[in-house]
Amino acid sequence: MLTIAVSKGRIYEETLPLLAEAGITPIDDPKKCRKLILQTSRDDVQLVIIRATDVPTFVEYGAADLGIAGKDVLLEHGADSLYEPLDLNIACCRLMTAAHKDAPEQRGRIRVATKYVKIAQSYFASKGIQAEIIKLYGSMELAPLVGLADCIVDLVDTGNTLKANDLEPRELIMNISSRLVVNKAAMKMKHAAIAALLSQFEQTLAKR
Amino acid sequence: MRGVLFEWDIQNMQQKDSWLLPDGIEEILPEDARHLESLRHKLLELFACWGYDLVIPPFIDFLDSLLTGSGHDLDLQTFKLTDQITGKMLGVRADMTPQVARMDAHNLKHDWPTRLCYVGTILHTLGDPLEKTRSPMQIGAELYGHAGKESDVEVIRLMLEMLAITGLLNVHLDLGHVGIYRALSRQAGLTAHQEGELFDVLQRKARPELAELMESYTIANDLKAMFLKLPELNGGLETIDKARAVFVKADEDVKQALANLEAIAGQLTSRFPSLPISFDLAELRGYHYHTGVVFAAFVPCVGREIARGGRYDNIGAVFGRARPATGFSADLKLLSVLSKQSFQVEQRELIFAPYSDDAELNEKVRDLRAQRQAVVQQLSGQTGSAREQGCTSILEKENQNWVVKPLASATAPGVALLPASLQS
Repeated sequence: MLTIAVSKGRIYEETLPLLAEAGITPIDDPKKCRKLILQTSRDDVQLVIIRATDVPTFVEYGAADLGIAGKDVLLEHGADSLYEPLDLNIACCRLMTAAHKDAPEQRGRIRVATKYVKIAQSYFASKGIQAEIIKLYGSMELAPLVGLADCIVDLVDTGNTLKANDLEPRELIMNISSRLVVNKAAMKMKHAAIAALLSQFEQTLAKR
Repeated sequence: MRGVLFEWDIQNMQQKDSWLLPDGIEEILPEDARHLESLRHKLLELFACWGYDLVIPPFIDFLDSLLTGSGHDLDLQTFKLTDQITGKMLGVRADMTPQVARMDAHNLKHDWPTRLCYVGTILHTLGDPLEKTRSPMQIGAELYGHAGKESDVEVIRLMLEMLAITGLLNVHLDLGHVGIYRALSRQAGLTAHQEGELFDVLQRKARPELAELMESYTIANDLKAMFLKLPELNGGLETIDKARAVFVKADEDVKQALANLEAIAGQLTSRFPSLPISFDLAELRGYHYHTGVVFAAFVPCVGREIARGGRYDNIGAVFGRARPATGFSADLKLLSVLSKQSFQVEQRELIFAPYSDDAELNEKVRDLRAQRQAVVQQLSGQTGSAREQGCTSILEKENQNWVVKPLASATAPGVALLPASLQS
């Protein structure tokens, strides 16, 4: 049995076609039912539906054999204990700094609001900037408006939320896409099944 | 008002938190301790039967000495303090392997193979990412003074025996060889920095990132192709053949490493025909000090390896004597927990003896203990029945003789099972 951890929402929607090509179709729709474990058209594959940030944790412990997680989540989690063999090129966006459109370039110590504490710390350190990180769980865009922070670090897709709040994207930290992650023990003990799935994904990706 | 709350908080905290242990530090209660100790005993007996002598390295040591060889990996993991006598830095061991290597190289100095084993608590500053423990009990065995595949096979076999005695089923062996990556890096003339970043990417088998790195390196295309294939070189025995095809243009060291791995695998498959063995040529665990074959054991339902080891030649050089070395270690606490899941813990036999000045009783108790039977003697005025204290039988006077009688299991719990003579 292979267990694949996927988060609800955009990643789930964009994963479905990839899974379908490998003959895996969930029997239930997570939007309509509250089940957390979804059986699929394949007896030997099940999906678990969890929060995006929990995907590396589940896979690391072997609670799921595989998972699909954004590179942002993996970096923030510090996923050294996972394999991440494939870039699925889905749920693509950019991790950026953003500030008020009129805000001047800040010197010295700055305050940064973000949910990506580790990424922000190492990014600003690499730029030689001392940054105080303020951990927020949502509505990052608000922070510069109310004087909570000088800038934010967040995912930017269309940039519409930023624009609507008088913010502008500043520097690109990195391009983000979702990766297939694999538990290290599963990769060895369930090698045949996982290798087959990997190559099916690869073939599908090559066609795109 | 604030002051009142504050005092209450303090009082509450003192009462509540005085039992609290630091993160990743644990107490082991009697039943688990008994199980762990019995396992420890069995495993040390096994090692002794294979000719491995027990050594007991110090718990605390000069930091310089602790961090030699595998230093890079252990520095952050080591608890440090200042020696009040010399002013030098001391460290609490985070790994016993370098200490045991020092004993071999500096004290024993044999000209023949030396086999050593050890068990003891080590401390880590950072909790294990999965188990969360900061105080594993490291158990392991090391074989010094032989560079051939036979010694690697011997320690792998011993590791498998250890897991068998632990009662673990469905053990899976994973083999790798850091010599392959080492030789490739040398052939490509990678800088230390490049070797490090490549190492990080290979540990995660992050193929997209590997491709980016290769793009940025100015090395021969043949070598790029080989590096790019590394994360795919894993699986069953067919991996070796795949690797041979990939490394056609690699230099002799790579081919030798591959041949070494194949020979070791061959000996293991003939000895353990039903053991599942997988290969992973991008497995670089312990890359900073390993030099040859690396291996790890996995079991279902544990997300990563439960025992690991490999060859680490020349570790003794800093202690005055470079010696080939190979060995393995595991966390005895983890093994103990896993083994409890796979078989019933032995029921402990404990005899309850009543409180009395009867000389015959005391003699009987002494005899029983001399026969290695566990006897707990009642104290005057104590509470608690024999059963509540976990006793399985009781000493009773019958026809002027003290005899051991099993405690009837059907009796309702909590009923005092003192001899009739004592209940009046």
